[in-house]
Formats: sequence, structure tokens, C-alpha cells
Amino acid sequence: MTMPNFARAGAAVVIAVAVLAMLPLFAGKYEVDLFAKILVLAIFALSLELLVGQTGLVSFGHAAFFGLGAYTTALLLQEPDPRSFWLVLLAAMGAAGLYALPVAALSLRTRGVYFIMVTLAFAQLVYYVFHDTKIAKGSDGIYLTGVPQFSLAGWVPFDVTRSLPFYYTALGALCAVYALLALLQRSRFGRALAGIRVNEQRMRAAGFATYPYKIAAFVIAAMLAGLAGFLKATKDGYVNPEMLAWHESGAVLLMIILGGLGRLRGAVLGAFAFVLLQEFFKNDAVFGEFAKRWQLLLGFTIIGCVLLLPNGLIGLPARLHRRGARDG
Amino acid sequence: MSATTFLVQCLNAVQYGLLLFLVASGLTLIFGAMNIINLAHGSFYMVGAYMAYALAPFVGQYLGGGFFTTLLVGLLLSIALGYALEWAFFSLLYEREHLQQVLMTYGLILIFEELRSLLVGDDVHGVAAPDWLAGTIPLGSLMTYPVYRLFISAVCLLVALAMYLVLARTRLGMAVRAGSVDREMAQALGVDINFLYRVVFAAGVALAVLAGMIAAPVSSVYPGMGSQVLIICFVVVVIGGIGSVRGAFVAALLVGFVDTFGKVFFQEAAGVLVYLMMAAILLWKPEGLFRQG
Repeated sequence: MTMPNFARAGAAVVIAVAVLAMLPLFAGKYEVDLFAKILVLAIFALSLELLVGQTGLVSFGHAAFFGLGAYTTALLLQEPDPRSFWLVLLAAMGAAGLYALPVAALSLRTRGVYFIMVTLAFAQLVYYVFHDTKIAKGSDGIYLTGVPQFSLAGWVPFDVTRSLPFYYTALGALCAVYALLALLQRSRFGRALAGIRVNEQRMRAAGFATYPYKIAAFVIAAMLAGLAGFLKATKDGYVNPEMLAWHESGAVLLMIILGGLGRLRGAVLGAFAFVLLQEFFKNDAVFGEFAKRWQLLLGFTIIGCVLLLPNGLIGLPARLHRRGARDG
Repeated sequence: MSATTFLVQCLNAVQYGLLLFLVASGLTLIFGAMNIINLAHGSFYMVGAYMAYALAPFVGQYLGGGFFTTLLVGLLLSIALGYALEWAFFSLLYEREHLQQVLMTYGLILIFEELRSLLVGDDVHGVAAPDWLAGTIPLGSLMTYPVYRLFISAVCLLVALAMYLVLARTRLGMAVRAGSVDREMAQALGVDINFLYRVVFAAGVALAVLAGMIAAPVSSVYPGMGSQVLIICFVVVVIGGIGSVRGAFVAALLVGFVDTFGKVFFQEAAGVLVYLMMAAILLWKPEGLFRQG
């Protein structure tokens, strides 16, 4: 094992992307749709990882930005004729970012558990606006009438709402977001965020105005969540207020904790593990009658992960390695 | 709005607020004294409500029935449950980060929901109030008010008073307060912190179960009732200041009034108001109204 760490990590990422790209060759439509759903959630999880794992800001209201992206998409596509994919995408990310700006400015005045709760409050605000008013058909949810039309300089290669093109679009988006965040992590900006996570006082003493850095991280994370929301709405053709609910914020937080905080890979791994575990426990070919009780098994698995894997799934190889070294 | 309707709404607000206090006080005690974020607290409320529904036939058969006997049996069971849960799961979490506590207690929510579904099913049930509390009293010439709601408020006030006395006047209360300020120092001075945590946790569970049991006749019993109450209780705890029982009391009444009157005056925006209030209060006092230490 003389390969440097980053090269090994890079190789793992390349292999993972290659496997995912080849998946439709040997999987049916159901699996492709399932994995497309996971890819979208992985983008959502990555966006939260920037806040929680990289900057140390635990937001419990991240679904607000996911949902805002989705609702913006739905509200722009209420006419039957198609609109530009890129235009709707920009609008979805813009709406999420626009709401994130005041939320970040206000909620970053608090810290710790109080920050968790203020972000929740601002998310609940959006939830009730869409749930209780008639802006977008209230609690019934709203269907997309038109479709976003994917085009490159006038050329329309495919219909993005179909299963396979959507899968590759989502995979491309995930790679782009991952690359962006990886670059960010290595930039001066990313180093500053890491510094804030480890010791904010010290960063301030070193002359960094930490507040604008945190606001910037929050807004970027929100816009990426908006991107995930846009993809989700495009995939489902339907949006409802549950996308904004605290359950959704909780679920995405669970994904990144389960995967392992502090590494981008952890967020992606967590999204895959969370959804695939659900699918596995729901599978009645394996569990028979008990598959109806999948929540029980998922609950115990989560508790087992907490007790045995304090660093998340990402820490599993190191743990096995250590154990092997000790036993051998 | 006439004076009588106003009075009715006030009574409703107080009843809702006091009930919230009962659940939130357990949450804030566990949070403050043990430094544990317990997402499963709403599940205990649900367990309580389902106990009120499911225990009544057994109590009727073996113990001669009666509302208070059911309450008592439920409370004893809940203390045992709290004790066992602390021993089996929560005692492993004290040294862990908050986020891991969140993950684990989320797992517990799933398990409780599924066990509830296995044991009692997924139907919505009504629970009857005992006969002697089922009546109404007249208010003014036109309105009446159910006695049972007054009973809820009375029970909650009694519990609040008892909690105040225990925390402020007894050795145990002193140990709890000492433990929440500085765990190591309290331990060094001879407080058996593990025993203390177990007691606090069991008490927290019992409070939530009691709230669920007495709320069952008013709110009916349904799946998912736990998660609904959980978030609003976190709001109460944070507005009041984490760990402060007095803060939880004031915040719970505030939330009760804002929510009840919000529903009267602006139906559409009612859900938003509580959260707007919370955001405003935290921007004014970033550590809640009554943060200690």
C-alpha cells in the first residue's frame, strides 16, 4: 500500500462513477429509477455535508431549500409548453439561495442547539406557507404540467423526464456537485470553513471575519439543495409540502451522520446506505411477512451503527483494519 | 369576539400550554441534566396515549377498573420503561456527540412506531373520559365548557408545583441542579451521577407518558401523534432556555396562547405564528428566556 491516500480516494471515486454509469446495462427500469432517486438524495446530502461536516453548522431545516427548489420548478412549469432546462434550474437554485440569505444572516447569530432550532423554525415557516395557503394547491401538492427541455445550443438530445436520460442527468449533476465541493474543500475558502469548524475563536483571532464565510457556506449549501429539489420535481412530476417537512430535514441529516461526517464520500455513501437499507428491509422475498415491519429492522440497524461505528460507515475500513492488526 | 368566547379560548390556550409543559419539562430535564438530545421523547407521549387506550380493559378486568388506577398502572410501567431504556441505550450515549444521540434516538422512534403498530394496530381510537369528568359547566348564558379540560389543567398545575418543590427544596432536586451545572464536580462531591441520570430519565419518561394518558380523551389516539408533539416541545424547550423548567413553563403557556389565538384570528397563518415567535425570541435572546448558568 504505497499509493498515497488521495490517489486511492480518487481511484475509489472513479470506480464508483464507472459502476454507476454502467448500471443501466444490467439493471431493470425499477432499479434505474431507484438509483436515480438515490443520486438526487446524494446531491441533497452533499449540500448539507458542506454545512454540517465541513463548517460544523448543524442545520435542521435544510429541506426548506430542497422543497423551494422543487416548488419553484413546479410553479414555472404550469403551462403545457416546455421551458428551458437551464432557465428552470437557475430559477430553482436562485429561489433557494434568495431565501437562504436572510435565513443565514439571522440564524447565524445563534449557535449550537439554538442554531438547530432556528433553522428548523425557518423551514417550518416555508412548510406552513405551502401547506396552508393556496399558492400551490396547499396540502394536496401540485403536478408539473410542462417539462423542462434539455437543450445545448438549440439541440435537444433527449427528453430529460424519461427514466434513462434522467438517470444520467442526475449522475452528471452528482459528479459536478461532488467536484465543485471537492475543489471548494481545497480552496482558501474551504480551509477557512474547516478552521471555523475546528475553532472559530482562533479563526477570528487570526483575522478572519467568520460571519460572512458562514453566510456564504449556508447560501451555497441552500442553492445545491435547490438543485436537488429541481431534479426531484423533474423526476416525479409532482411536488407536495412533505418535501419541506422536518422529517425530510431529519432524514437527510441522518444520511450524512450514517455515512460519516467530514468527508464528501460519507454523504454519498450515507444516501446510498439509507435508501438501500430501507429497500432491503422492505423486500418480502428476504423477510417474508416480516418485511411489513421494515421500520423495526431499520431502527435496530441504525442503533447498531451508532454503537459500533462512531465515525459512520466511512470509518468502517479503518476500524476493520485496526481490528485485523490487533488480532493478527 | 364576545367575552365568553374569549374566556373559552383562554381556557383552551391554558390547557394546551400546560399539557405542552408536561411533555416539554421532561425533555428539558433530560436535556439540561443529562445533556442528551432525545428525539424519542414524542414517542413516550404516544406510548402514554396508547396505554390509556390499551390498559383500560386489563385494569377493568383485574384491578376493578377506575380512571386513576389506569393512570397509576401506566405511570409505574412508564417508570420501569424509562429505567430500562436508560440502562440499555441512553447510558451508552453520554460521552457521544449530540449528532449521534440524534441518530440513535431516531432509530428508537422507528422501533416504537413499529412496536405500537404490532401490538395495538394502526387505527385511530377514541378514549372515553371517566363519567364523573365527562360533563360540562355553563359559561355565561350560551356556552359550556367541558369539565375534563379543566381537569387536565388542574393535573398539569399540580405536577408543575410538585416538580418545583422537588427541584427547589429537596436533596434530590439539588443533586439534579448540581449535575446539570457541572457533572464532574457533582460527581467529585459524592453525587451518584449514574443513579441520578437514571432517576431523571425515568421521571422524564413518566411525565411524557402522563401527558399522553390524560390527553388521550381530548385528542384521541392515532399513529404519528408523537412526532407532532415532539417538534413543538423542542420549540418550547428552546424558547424557555435549555434545562430550565421554569422557562419551559412560561414558554409552553406562550406557545399555547399564540397557537390558540392564532387559529382564531388568522386561520391561514396559524401554523407559522409559533415559529415566527420562536425566531423573534431567539434573535432577541439567543439562549432562550431563562437560560441558567
